[in-house]
Amino acid sequence: MEALLAFTRPPLDWHALAPELTLLAVGTILTMVDIIWDEKSKQVMPTLAGVGLLAVLVPIMTLALDGTDRAMFDGAYVVDDFALVMKALFIIIGYVIVLMSVDYIRDGDYYENEYYTLMLTSLLGMLMMASSRDLISVFVALELLSIPAYMMAAWRKGGRRSNEAGLKYYLMGVFASAVMLYGMSLIYGLTGSTSFSGIASELALDDSATALSILGVLFVLIGFAFKVSAVPFHNWAPDTYEGAPTPVTAFLAVASKAAGMVALIQLVFVAFDNHEVIQPFFWLIAALTMTIGNLIALRQTNIVRLLAYSGIAQGGFMLVPFAVAGQASERALQAIVVYLIIYAFMNLGAFSVVLAVSRKTRSGELESFGGLFQYAPGLAVAMTIFLAALAGIPPAGGWFAKFGLFRALLDAGGAWAATLGVVVAINTVIAFAYYARVLGQMWFQPIHEGDERPVKLTSALGSALVIALVATMAFGILPGLVGHFGEVAVLSTLGF
Amino acid sequence: MEATGFDAWVLTLAVFLPLVGALIMMVVPKAYELEVKLIGLGSSLAALAVGIYILFQFDYGSSSELQFVVDKGWIDIINSRYIIGLDGLSLPLLLLSLLVVPLCLVYSWNHVPSPGNPKAFFILLLILSTGMNGSFISQDMILFFVFFEIVLLPMYFLIGVWGGEERRYASLKFFLYTLFGSALMIISFLALFFLSKDAAGNPLQTFDMRLLTDAAGSGIVKTTQVWIFAGLFIGFGIKVPMFPFHTWLPDAHTQAPTVGSVILAAVLLKLGTYGFIRIAIPFLPEAAVAWAPWIGLLAVIGIIYGALGCLAQKDMKRLIAFSSVAHMGFVMLGIATLTDFGLNAAVFGMVAHGLITGMLFFVAGSIKERYHTLEISRLGGLLKSVPRMGWILGFATMASLGLPGLAGFWGEFPAILSAYNPGAGLSEELFRTYMVIAAIGTVLAAGYLLWLYQRTAFGEPTEEFADHAIPDVSRNEWIAWVPFLIGIVLFGVWPNLIFNLTDGVVSSITANVEAVVAGR
Repeated sequence: MEALLAFTRPPLDWHALAPELTLLAVGTILTMVDIIWDEKSKQVMPTLAGVGLLAVLVPIMTLALDGTDRAMFDGAYVVDDFALVMKALFIIIGYVIVLMSVDYIRDGDYYENEYYTLMLTSLLGMLMMASSRDLISVFVALELLSIPAYMMAAWRKGGRRSNEAGLKYYLMGVFASAVMLYGMSLIYGLTGSTSFSGIASELALDDSATALSILGVLFVLIGFAFKVSAVPFHNWAPDTYEGAPTPVTAFLAVASKAAGMVALIQLVFVAFDNHEVIQPFFWLIAALTMTIGNLIALRQTNIVRLLAYSGIAQGGFMLVPFAVAGQASERALQAIVVYLIIYAFMNLGAFSVVLAVSRKTRSGELESFGGLFQYAPGLAVAMTIFLAALAGIPPAGGWFAKFGLFRALLDAGGAWAATLGVVVAINTVIAFAYYARVLGQMWFQPIHEGDERPVKLTSALGSALVIALVATMAFGILPGLVGHFGEVAVLSTLGF
Repeated sequence: MEATGFDAWVLTLAVFLPLVGALIMMVVPKAYELEVKLIGLGSSLAALAVGIYILFQFDYGSSSELQFVVDKGWIDIINSRYIIGLDGLSLPLLLLSLLVVPLCLVYSWNHVPSPGNPKAFFILLLILSTGMNGSFISQDMILFFVFFEIVLLPMYFLIGVWGGEERRYASLKFFLYTLFGSALMIISFLALFFLSKDAAGNPLQTFDMRLLTDAAGSGIVKTTQVWIFAGLFIGFGIKVPMFPFHTWLPDAHTQAPTVGSVILAAVLLKLGTYGFIRIAIPFLPEAAVAWAPWIGLLAVIGIIYGALGCLAQKDMKRLIAFSSVAHMGFVMLGIATLTDFGLNAAVFGMVAHGLITGMLFFVAGSIKERYHTLEISRLGGLLKSVPRMGWILGFATMASLGLPGLAGFWGEFPAILSAYNPGAGLSEELFRTYMVIAAIGTVLAAGYLLWLYQRTAFGEPTEEFADHAIPDVSRNEWIAWVPFLIGIVLFGVWPNLIFNLTDGVVSSITANVEAVVAGR
């Protein structure tokens, strides 16, 4: 009792926590509204969630304008420019996904209110992830963002595939968590510290890595490799993506992957800075993920599965800069952040088009895109732009993301980096081959089943499309926009 | 020297006016077909008008210097800038590109190939136009890369939607080849960015093509230079296309709609050779000298292989496509000599090939439209059934085989001659052997072209078409073709129109190469 009473609350920086607290408040309000008005509240729920998410941007802005780095709990929770850029990204992704979800969730007659509450909870975990600089807070953030996502994946509760999706995702996620926790315990045992900076300084003391530290680092990294669906830890992704409701798939492919990447960035560039095992590990993982993701994508006939494998391959591209994390840390980090931001918008855009088209065709097969250009030229052009962006063809945004990879690799120089550069180049070509299959369906093929009814675009889905489209094109023509955020993030993480 | 006032805008206008036209067309409903087409033609003609203004404002006394230069910030974060400018090397190619697009629009005015949809067809041609024009005036590597790539998707769709039977295969092949080349190209660009040093040995870290030309690869050790050049070589070589990267070309040409083939031959292939002259050689002269014998070898293989390929073809369009491989071989041979004589011939060859092969593809397209076949054995007696078109075909084949007095001669003959005396550091024996082989190539060219003409134009029309009344050259065809025909004659009798323009730029490039070789 004595000990309990002696507890003094560590100093809290309320301003620093304002984004998380706002999001928490929005989630609570959603729950309350649901309890009080029940059925009647269904109509307002998406609006409420969307507006609430936009409200979270306000404290993020004020923090950004304030500009001071804020640390709490002995450095376990930090709000710096990197964290703010990522938080803003998560919130905007969340907002676009709410727009994408509105009609899907409503039409499907699924639980609506709970869906939004869970999604906000998962987003809360992501916001925390962006600030976590300690093994424990990273783990808490990870679980907070994952557990609602397991449920969301199984949201089509009547569908067997959706149940399979949720269950697979859950089992693999839990397994990954276990592996990661074991790695964390090894690291803690070795360094006596859970904070990233503490781990970094302890690990730096050894001249060469001990077997134990290699094992610990690898286990932690593998845990997150599951999260970002890197090969060979990717098996859950295609089934989960295909089975889950499409907006949830977008959420997993974009937001959840970004959260995993954020954690990896902090681990690689801060905690395990320059650890011997980092560069070879990521070289291998990145090359495998790109190549295998792309090769399997070539054979897909279902558009969501195709995008799932494309997402795996894109994740591989994002892992590339980690392979030169030590030699060209600044450019590598910048490349990852820029890639994450651009990827988010182009992929959300592609999923929005898939949602729009499948609302009409009721099919996820590639053929359902047949002749899209003839009856919905606008959607076909939009999809073309998103796919061109994913393939890295200027002037759509993705080229600058790929460019960043090459820049980091060549800045590092050397035969290994150059080889990886060539692997990236070859994979760019393979990737286009399957994006071209979608393009071919839309432009070259006759209309699917002769059904020429135009695609009805709801206003919410239309807004999501427009946001993604504008962002994708703007990043392609004026890459300085996104490059700026990349630079800001770099400066704060590497402590210049 | 940066341009001021209106002159600072002309190049930007020439590049982006077609794109503006395309954007306006996108928002006009499909039902207003005539208006849509007029907007498209108007914007491309406006760009051409700007081109003519440039022609008059250009300072011919200092054609080796960049003019109408604009240098504005673009992507500061990677030190890439919006730098555009025009010198004697860019001018003829820019004008060619500006001219070809409105002519193609006129040509396809009422003849958009199946499945129709002129709006989309015109929009794609205009986007293509922006990419091509931009590539020829960019003075920043990243800007160049972006324009170079903008060209890809419209051409992919032109082939894939409006092409022939095998269009999907052909369009994908075209795209994948080029994409692979450009991925390696961007790696090389970045290597240049990181490794180039100025005279004092400080890293340049720039994409500015003017600075990199001045640096001429200083600070990069030769083996690295050779590797970087390899990346550029594949990137540009695929586009040219050089043997053995040429296999996409016959498919793309055969399957593409007529104007697609015309633009491909007249402008797109030139992006590759232009890249060699503008980027690869001046940036990495040492590596260029090391690579030149190999480039020359592949060039003459291309000449002979293309010619033999031609002799084996049964399809007229495919034959013209293979003749492109041979002709671009002459251009590459001229480039490989690294002499100002050879490079001048190469640039001339680029323009001449653009006009002549463009013309041939136009005629082939019109024949296909009338006869619904291009199988040489089924054609015949063109001079009887469509005499005017038959004569135009004859004229274009004569020009193509390098008849003196027509444009083709000045691209081919000096290129062969330049191999007699290759630039500093290159083996005379080797290049003289190339010269002999290339000369044999011209004989073969005369062979396959005359044979083609003989089989298609002479004699009586084949039985299946004997009773058909087949219309001769139409008004729109005349409008589209006459500028080509005039150009072929004009440059044939007055080659200095182009040689005077290019000589300044080209000699400074070769002088640089010589200086680097001498200083080794």
